[in-house]
Amino acid sequence: MVAGQHDAVSRVPPAEVGEMELPHAHSWVTRYIWSQDAKTIAVQYAITATAIGLVALVLSLLIRLQLGFPGTFSLIDPASYLQHVSMHGMIMVIYLLTAIFLGGFGNYLIPLMCGARDMAFPFLNMLSYWIYLLAVLVLVASFFVDGGSTGGGWTLYPPQVITEGTPGAGAGIVLMLVSLALFIAGFTMGGLNYIVTVLQLRTRGMTLMRLPLTIWGIFMATVMALLAFPALFVAAIMLLFDHLLGTSFFMPTMMMVSEQRGHEGGSPLLFQHLFWFFGHPEVYIVALPAFGIVSDLISCHSRRPIFGYRMMVWALVAIGGLSFIVWAHHMYVSGMHPNFGFFFATTTLIIAVPTAIKVYNWILTLWRGNIRLTVPMLFALGFLLTFLNGGLSGLFLGNVTVDVPLSDTYFVVGHFHMVMAVAPILVVFGAIYHWYPKVTGRMLNDTLGHIHFWVTLIGTYAIYYPMHFIGLAGVPRRYFAYGETAFVDDSVMTLNAAITIAAIIVAVAQLLFIFNLVWSYFRGEKAGPNPWGATTLEWQTPETPPGHGNWGRELPVVYRWPYDYAVPGAKHDFVPQNVPADAVEFEHGSQQARPA
Amino acid sequence: MAIAIVLILLALGSVVFYFLSPWHLPPLASNWGAIDTTILISFIVTGVVFVAVVGFTAYAIIRYRYDDRRRASYDPENKKLEFWLTFVTTIGIAALLAPGLITWASFVTVPGDAHRVAVVGSQWHWQFRYPGEDGRLGRVHPKFVGRGNPLGIDPSDPHGQDDRIVDRPEMYLPVDRPVEMLLTSRDVIHNFMVPSFRAKVDALPGQMSRFWFTPTRTGTFQSTCAEHCGVGHFAMRAQVEVVPQEEFDAWLGEQPTFAHMQALESGDPAAGRGRYAVCASCHGQNGEGNADMNAPSLTGLSPWYLVRQLENFKSGARGGNPEDTFGAQMTAFAGTLDEKAMRDIAAYLQTLPEQAAETTVSGDAARGQRLYRTCAFCHGSNGGGQWSANAPQLAGMNDWYLIRQLEHFREGIRGRHPQDMYGNQMVDMSQFLVDEEAIRDVVSYINIFEVRAAEQSGDRVATLQE
Repeated sequence: MVAGQHDAVSRVPPAEVGEMELPHAHSWVTRYIWSQDAKTIAVQYAITATAIGLVALVLSLLIRLQLGFPGTFSLIDPASYLQHVSMHGMIMVIYLLTAIFLGGFGNYLIPLMCGARDMAFPFLNMLSYWIYLLAVLVLVASFFVDGGSTGGGWTLYPPQVITEGTPGAGAGIVLMLVSLALFIAGFTMGGLNYIVTVLQLRTRGMTLMRLPLTIWGIFMATVMALLAFPALFVAAIMLLFDHLLGTSFFMPTMMMVSEQRGHEGGSPLLFQHLFWFFGHPEVYIVALPAFGIVSDLISCHSRRPIFGYRMMVWALVAIGGLSFIVWAHHMYVSGMHPNFGFFFATTTLIIAVPTAIKVYNWILTLWRGNIRLTVPMLFALGFLLTFLNGGLSGLFLGNVTVDVPLSDTYFVVGHFHMVMAVAPILVVFGAIYHWYPKVTGRMLNDTLGHIHFWVTLIGTYAIYYPMHFIGLAGVPRRYFAYGETAFVDDSVMTLNAAITIAAIIVAVAQLLFIFNLVWSYFRGEKAGPNPWGATTLEWQTPETPPGHGNWGRELPVVYRWPYDYAVPGAKHDFVPQNVPADAVEFEHGSQQARPA
Repeated sequence: MAIAIVLILLALGSVVFYFLSPWHLPPLASNWGAIDTTILISFIVTGVVFVAVVGFTAYAIIRYRYDDRRRASYDPENKKLEFWLTFVTTIGIAALLAPGLITWASFVTVPGDAHRVAVVGSQWHWQFRYPGEDGRLGRVHPKFVGRGNPLGIDPSDPHGQDDRIVDRPEMYLPVDRPVEMLLTSRDVIHNFMVPSFRAKVDALPGQMSRFWFTPTRTGTFQSTCAEHCGVGHFAMRAQVEVVPQEEFDAWLGEQPTFAHMQALESGDPAAGRGRYAVCASCHGQNGEGNADMNAPSLTGLSPWYLVRQLENFKSGARGGNPEDTFGAQMTAFAGTLDEKAMRDIAAYLQTLPEQAAETTVSGDAARGQRLYRTCAFCHGSNGGGQWSANAPQLAGMNDWYLIRQLEHFREGIRGRHPQDMYGNQMVDMSQFLVDEEAIRDVVSYINIFEVRAAEQSGDRVATLQE
């Protein structure tokens, strides 16, 4: 072993399992449509998620137009406003972020970064995508049914969501619940695949503690999703029963529209517990892949090993575990027994410790690095800022007493958009700029990338940061208009107009990004196999973009951890994972680190 | 480099924003100063961490910017540093959590001397109930809810008989006396939020939730609903008057008890007929209305709506706005009527046959239908009205009258008076009708609704008798 190299070896034991047969494509259709290649499925997931995400983006603009300029646009009425709010939230959280991180990046990166030829179950993987697509189509259909899509908020709280005081309480909510059930079924197929692939198909030498943090993040998120989504699944089915069959899981005796309803004895709080037992882990299902990816982006573009790798892995595991015992911090004012507040406030704030460790390790990776301010790196830094901001405001809302005045105000809207929307989506962008050259063989345009970054970062910060303060002043959320509310004065209206303008500008910048994706595919600068000088396996493929099976005749063999940047004395400032310790080129006469 | 500067500017800007922004916690009006203190501690701790971490990041970006001739340092772990960072973070978190949990302990402990108020939410207004002489609230169940028993008090429970009922979104509280708010809902989940009190909790159907506070300042406070409860969520307001104890006692004494409400005689149509003679000079012998006199049709309107409007005219809650010329005329007439007379007139009007008003406006009824979808949530999809939503019948009303009222609502000429609580909702709701054309379109759609034949309006007779 050469001095200074983390855990590099020169020899790796032979493989115990033979290679798998791949279902190769035989026609254009099986190559691009009914493809069983994880990389193609990844692109299918990403394109579908982006398309439906654009719908949600348009919905957010409609919301903003109403809030910024109330009484101006006749196409938005109180009912459609609520429908836009609900569908925007649901699409962004589930159908965009969850799908793109796990279905998109998970599919593309897991086999490549683990050194596998493909997912463990390619057919199931294909099925996973097509059921996801079906879920999206059912979701879209709900826009067009009588009464429109559901307006019950993305949290779908009964009794409101299935009673007639809420728009879309007819077919809209039924399609929404069916779509969720489909999504979960499809995701389960993909999720099992990701877990089995990570556990069983890693190449020779790829120990768990040599996995890149991207894979750790996606892996932990998938484990969590498989445990959390069933809660949502049963909640959706039970809600469907209450709605269609007249059961009373969540419905107590009620008096609606001057008449009594047939329900009796159900508990609306039960739904909230089920929803948030899923809903809170869901935050981390989106966040953990982002944590993992951003670790790799920061390490690669700072040309320095990630700081505290082991701690980073254990922090991911700790966050994943803890996130299952904090759910009721979404319910401090829900009317559950108030003594729960003590327990959930404590667990919630404990989660801040491993999360803080991750932040420290990211910035300590920058420290004494050799930082290249590439576009992916800029997005990673933008993530650091917004995630830190959103994480810190989470310390307000998690601390039960502080949550009481702030819950259901714009403080909450500012908080979760900063931590759950802006931060992860900046990582999605950073990751696309980073891996696009591998996916297409071409670089994304740098100038457009810079414009996209600056407008998105400054724009979103300007949109969400001030929201915390109007929330502090008591401005409630999910309001179509504020009328004459004592604590909503003209300054709030001015701010709302300004936020709307910022939102329009940010939205236009996203079109620029979409244009960049398309234009660079045809005209982008040709990328080599490893344009960033990265160490992980996906950059070491024999072809770019990698062919079906990823690795040509022989699978790569892993001799070292994934962060051998700036190895002291080595000729290059990175040593790929598949280079044995004794094959590293050293500078003449030097085996020592240069002074930093 | 630019990114480092922007990071610093955003971090410092965020801190400056805290001090310069016009938005802060509204002035405290309850005993929960401890919550404000916890928020302040959170701001200080998180603010320091935010600036420190972003500042460190920016400094690292500048100091270790890319240089071809340099290598990054290879020191991937530092156990000691990691331990200390974890340790300091844990201390910081504990410092935030401790004051939070201590305050929560007092939040969940209701003082023994707190008086109780039942707060009931429904789509989309609030009602209140105070215990009577016996100091206890009667049992409630949704199955008892009806026009004469809006809160669903169990008639067989003696404790309920003397409960004081407030069937409008307005409550009084004595200053400096702890109060335990007992929240329930008749239908979906609501939340009673007054920002200055800091405390709040959801109101759920089928269970009771509670919170307590002590109002520390007299004055009028506005409550907003803080749990998405359907289309009218944003228009679900209530008013809280915090007053000295004597004033509170006097006010409470004026509120009807449940027993009183039950015993309330229905109006006498015969007596109402005599009273109506004055009204008939403008509204017509058969209540058909008269466009030339700007007097709308009165048939088809339920007694609860007629009585409420007459009361509003009398108190000036309606018709008091100088721009509401025709409303002002009504204040003079209503001023001569007592509560009994109002109920008698309303009862008499129920005996008159309903008739459709003449159509005088034309608009795009198809567009009107789309717009009416918002109205339908309260007024019903056929314009029949709904007492539980406090929404009067629209079918059969004069279209010119509807247009004028919608315009008045939209401009705040009608409904802005603080005592016209349901008018207030209409001001908020009518804002989505962005121009005169929209109003004309929706009214031309309402024109299509058929009025119910007199014999079919059994519902009206029934409510009359309750």
